[in-house]
Amino acid sequence: MSRDKRTLEFYVLAAFFALFVLFLYGPLSAILILSFQGENGGLTFPLNGVSLHWFANLFERQAVGDFGGSFKRSFILGLMVMIVTVVVSLLAGLAFRQKFRGATALFYLAVASLVVPSIIISLGIGVVFQQIGFRPAWYTSAFGAHLTWTLPFGVLIMFAVFNRFSAAYEEAARDLGATSWQTFAHVVLPMIAPSLIGVGLFGFTLSYDEFARTLMTSGTFNTLPLEIYGMTTNVTTPVLYALGTVTTVFSFLVILATLGAIAYVGGRRPRA
Amino acid sequence: MTVALDQPATTAIKPAKRRCVSVARFVPYLQAAPLALILGAFLLLPILMIAVVSFWDYDFAAMYPDFLTINYADTLGSWVTWKTYLNTLKYAGIVWALTLFVGFWVAYFLAFHIRTTAMQMVLFLVCTVPFLTSNIIRMISWIPVLGRNGLVNSTLVEIGLIPKPIEWLLYSEFAVVLAMVHLYTLFMVTPIFNTLMRIDKSLIEAARDAGASGWQVLWNVVIPLAKPGMAIGTIFVVTLVMADFSTVQVMSGGQSASVALMMKNQMSLLQYPAAAANAVVLLVLVLLMVAGILRIVDIRKEL
Repeated sequence: MSRDKRTLEFYVLAAFFALFVLFLYGPLSAILILSFQGENGGLTFPLNGVSLHWFANLFERQAVGDFGGSFKRSFILGLMVMIVTVVVSLLAGLAFRQKFRGATALFYLAVASLVVPSIIISLGIGVVFQQIGFRPAWYTSAFGAHLTWTLPFGVLIMFAVFNRFSAAYEEAARDLGATSWQTFAHVVLPMIAPSLIGVGLFGFTLSYDEFARTLMTSGTFNTLPLEIYGMTTNVTTPVLYALGTVTTVFSFLVILATLGAIAYVGGRRPRA
Repeated sequence: MTVALDQPATTAIKPAKRRCVSVARFVPYLQAAPLALILGAFLLLPILMIAVVSFWDYDFAAMYPDFLTINYADTLGSWVTWKTYLNTLKYAGIVWALTLFVGFWVAYFLAFHIRTTAMQMVLFLVCTVPFLTSNIIRMISWIPVLGRNGLVNSTLVEIGLIPKPIEWLLYSEFAVVLAMVHLYTLFMVTPIFNTLMRIDKSLIEAARDAGASGWQVLWNVVIPLAKPGMAIGTIFVVTLVMADFSTVQVMSGGQSASVALMMKNQMSLLQYPAAAANAVVLLVLVLLMVAGILRIVDIRKEL
């Protein structure tokens, strides 16, 4: 293939890629800008002055629902889901390295968890709780509902990681006299640590943003996405954008912190 | 590997080695147990419960255990249901085609035109980051762009292309499809990128040496090898669209319907058995679609 033709293809595809990135980030940056709308400004451009009015508005309790409370609940729930997702996925990943009865069934159950429509899980858990007489709450029923979404991702990632993991390292450690716990803690764990952090990021952000599964399972108190979902129908001021900006910036910070952690852990590895 | 050396090598002598072997057989069961328990309690049990409840009787106040098929008769006998299913399938088809097209070319560009691995990862992350932020916020963010006085309309009016703002940009089926493509394309990019990265570059060179043109290489080498990734992406996108109610509700402004939205409305009217019957029908449909796709690809091999 001639060099010229290749560059033409490159430029066409590069332009396509650039458009795709614009498509992804353009609307987000629009609400980022509009959240600084002046006091008399509306939901669309042009900016009617620049102010922090809508951010201030966000923290007044009566203006929008319970922003602080729902953020706190979503944050704690995200952390709970993250920890359980990392631990359970790691254990399941280790289990799948060996043969055991029901391995295939369990694997397909995890895949099913990914493809079953989220509203069905929401309805099902809601009805189960109602029938056994438990009150649904964000830290019980919604917690379980979120795990059905984050665990399959975690398990599939761990499955992929261990597919590429050479058993030679463990054999070497064992030959050097390490116990199986030492082999795990000092050889396997440091090597898969970046992937585990990735699983943690998935667990946290998927839970933090999830709301179809929370719909029937959150009980009396809303999580943040439910609060925002409610606002889409009855809030007609840029305070909605201010909330969007705050949560998006928070998500970005979480992602950055995670990437930093992965780089840190990954950077330590060559010395080890 | 020196990490292992930090430990004193003398701990190696294990007295009860034989007993360890028999205990070791139970280890995978213990390791798999938490996953099995959680999925059993929060996935299997609720689905079984839905299947049971779908045969129950109900009124405005409560549900009554029974064995009635009327919920199914109502669901399947209603003209509205069929129309809603068709509408949902239409969304799934259109969004699938668009995300496959966009996803393939984005993945292709990243895999074959970016030369350094570091740059590939950076650009891939650029694509990934928005997908880790809130879906609802990403939907709302279209309002200032597509609205009646939004960016697109005001620009088009200003340059004189259209005399007055286009009404169907927001709160329309167009807006629903656009938002879904926006939300779900990454689920197509990631698996396709993954398969493309694993294609042995010498295969492509061999095809070129044998005289294949660029399109022939693409059509006869790259695309067949990318099929597993496309299949996995398809599973994601199709199941997400089939389950969607929020995008349809927010972006169509209540003017369009989907199966999940119909279920959600039944749930808000406390008609749980009716919603359950609907859920069973939807679940069977989605699982059949996934089973069909899984015949083409073995996921365990692709991970």
